[in-house]
Amino acid sequence: MIDTGSTGGAVRLRPPRHRVNRRALPWWGCRAAGEVLVVLAGMLLAAWWFSLWRELFLPLLVVAVLGCCYVVVMPWWRYRVHRWETTESAVYTASGWISREWRVAPMSRIQTVDTARGPLQRVFGLSSVTVTTASAAGPLSIDGLDHRVAAELAELLTRTTQATPGDAT
Amino acid sequence: MSGPETDRAEHEEHPGRQDLSRWQRLSPRSVLASSGMLAVPLVTALVLRVSTSEDPTRGLFEAAGLLAVAVLVVASAWWRWFFTRFRVTEQRFELRQGNVARSFRSIPRERIRSVDLTAPVLHRVLGLSVVRIGTGQRSEGDSELRLDALSTPQAELLRELLLRKEPGTSDTEGTGAAHHAGARNGIELATMRPSWYGYSTLTASLLLVTWAALASALSSLSDLLRAFGATSWVLERLPTTTEQALAGGTLWVGVLVLLLVLLLGGWLGALVISVEMWWGFRLTLENEHTLRVRRGLLTTRAVSLEKRRLRGVELAEPLLLRAAGGGRLGAVATGLESGASANGDNKALLPPAPRRVATRIGAEVLDGRVGFPPSERLRKHPRAALRRRMARAGLVVGGVLAAATTAPLLGPLPWWFPPVTAALAAVPAVLFARDAYRSLGHALCGEFLVTRWGTGVRRTVLLQRDAIIGWRLRQSPLQRLSGVLTLAATTAAGNGWYAIRDVDGARGVEFAERAVPGLLASFLERRDSEDTTPTEDERTTPSEE
Repeated sequence: MIDTGSTGGAVRLRPPRHRVNRRALPWWGCRAAGEVLVVLAGMLLAAWWFSLWRELFLPLLVVAVLGCCYVVVMPWWRYRVHRWETTESAVYTASGWISREWRVAPMSRIQTVDTARGPLQRVFGLSSVTVTTASAAGPLSIDGLDHRVAAELAELLTRTTQATPGDAT
Repeated sequence: MSGPETDRAEHEEHPGRQDLSRWQRLSPRSVLASSGMLAVPLVTALVLRVSTSEDPTRGLFEAAGLLAVAVLVVASAWWRWFFTRFRVTEQRFELRQGNVARSFRSIPRERIRSVDLTAPVLHRVLGLSVVRIGTGQRSEGDSELRLDALSTPQAELLRELLLRKEPGTSDTEGTGAAHHAGARNGIELATMRPSWYGYSTLTASLLLVTWAALASALSSLSDLLRAFGATSWVLERLPTTTEQALAGGTLWVGVLVLLLVLLLGGWLGALVISVEMWWGFRLTLENEHTLRVRRGLLTTRAVSLEKRRLRGVELAEPLLLRAAGGGRLGAVATGLESGASANGDNKALLPPAPRRVATRIGAEVLDGRVGFPPSERLRKHPRAALRRRMARAGLVVGGVLAAATTAPLLGPLPWWFPPVTAALAAVPAVLFARDAYRSLGHALCGEFLVTRWGTGVRRTVLLQRDAIIGWRLRQSPLQRLSGVLTLAATTAAGNGWYAIRDVDGARGVEFAERAVPGLLASFLERRDSEDTTPTEDERTTPSEE
């Protein structure tokens, strides 16, 4: 939601209607934990190899504490922000956590619709839907959908976009 | 400058057309051209090795090795030529390449966005041109087809054939008639003026290139001087301490002379480069639907662009050029592979030229539907945008101050050194911040969206509203605090997206809705209906649970 909190206009962009699946919480958490563990392992390896335990103790502690916060807080924050919605004429997504991004693409300009499931997503029964347009600004992607919902959504989008020709290239 | 060749191509027009529908080879001379590139360094290396090696047998061995490389190069060039064939059918352009690793590419002719001809020096001597066919598909890595090389008349023929709209394809109203009615050489929109070379020397990138060249030349020069003992002579006369240096006049004179030499040398080098790039520049309108840019002194380039691919224009004004009242006009078009040719050379519609000319040609290229609006017509951005820019300037000054305060640790410096350097840094930083804020602006002009930003290079983009294929809004936490966001219109043309930076949230959304009516409409809500908070929203809507 764009809550500008300032003066001016009478309209604002409302958040998209649907949240992603709740199972995205542990999925994001696992991914974050993986990232933090890689960094920690690297530091531990360096400390052991160069026997710098004393020098690296404080940085290790800081990284560990910050990492824990990241793993706990980020998924919840993302869950609050990540949303999606499709209408007959457009796809609308919101994503990010500290910085946020909202994207809108009209159905008539969609070029491809893909669903993707990584191994970790599979564990949680999740799936991502990626919608590309002819723009180089990158695709719209909806992460952390239940895989059945994702398949339905992809099918719906494919059907709708086939009905509306032209991609403005 | 492909004058005579072009004319020849235009005379032998229709007989060649049937030929192109059968499988065609590249020009046999292309073997010479592509192996000739390597021949010069190889032969030089050969001569050097043989003449300088003290052991004759070893020299011979090395010569044999180099010869083998040369034979390989020629053979592979020949191999490539032998197995490369192309044809133009009614519907498609097809290209076969290679034998061991075969590739066959077939693209619908209606997908071809641009056909560009380049002729580097060697190719020109041999009467060849490299043809690049752009399809404007961004998703694929190599969306560009390259024919290296065809004889120039054949290349011209191919270009004309591919860019001509056949009856039966989309928008063809009257194109055939217009095509035959004449305008073979096209309507000339602009040609090079001598004074424009001056403008193009003011492009910072050119200056940097020449400075880099100059620096490497100077470093070899300094080696030479050292060899003659000149450097030590100078070094002996250089002051040894800082106080002496600041006091003595010789140092300042030396610095001044050096600066002058650098500036003049850089400027002259830039002049040479710009003459090479822009010699014989012509912008023409052919067949009423194709724009064509021809230019180049040694390497000639000819870029064609279908008008229906043109989604807007961009006016770039680098700092120096802006100060001189000039600007660079570029096309915002689909199929101009901005990624592949990172220099963005092929999107240039005009050399750096007076702003007045650039805006006039910009309007003409867009059929006079719109011109670059004057500054007053652009909507200003909120004061928060100025504060953000000032804060960034403050960060820079803070960095300078920190560096200046730690500098005395390295050596004795007067006490006033840190504050004075910080003040010296603050003046340009604040000026740049102010200028960056003043540059910001956006507006709707008829069927076009206008956005302007930047201080080092100020850019004004006119983008057709029909070409907008979505919106991307971004808000960093700091932007959120000051209630602004960055609104970007995504498009298939040019960069792929054009941003309106630091616009007030509500106004930005409103602007987006006015620019492309209906796209955002169903996602907007009145500000007073605050009761639909996200959590309630979630409960009321059947989300996936």
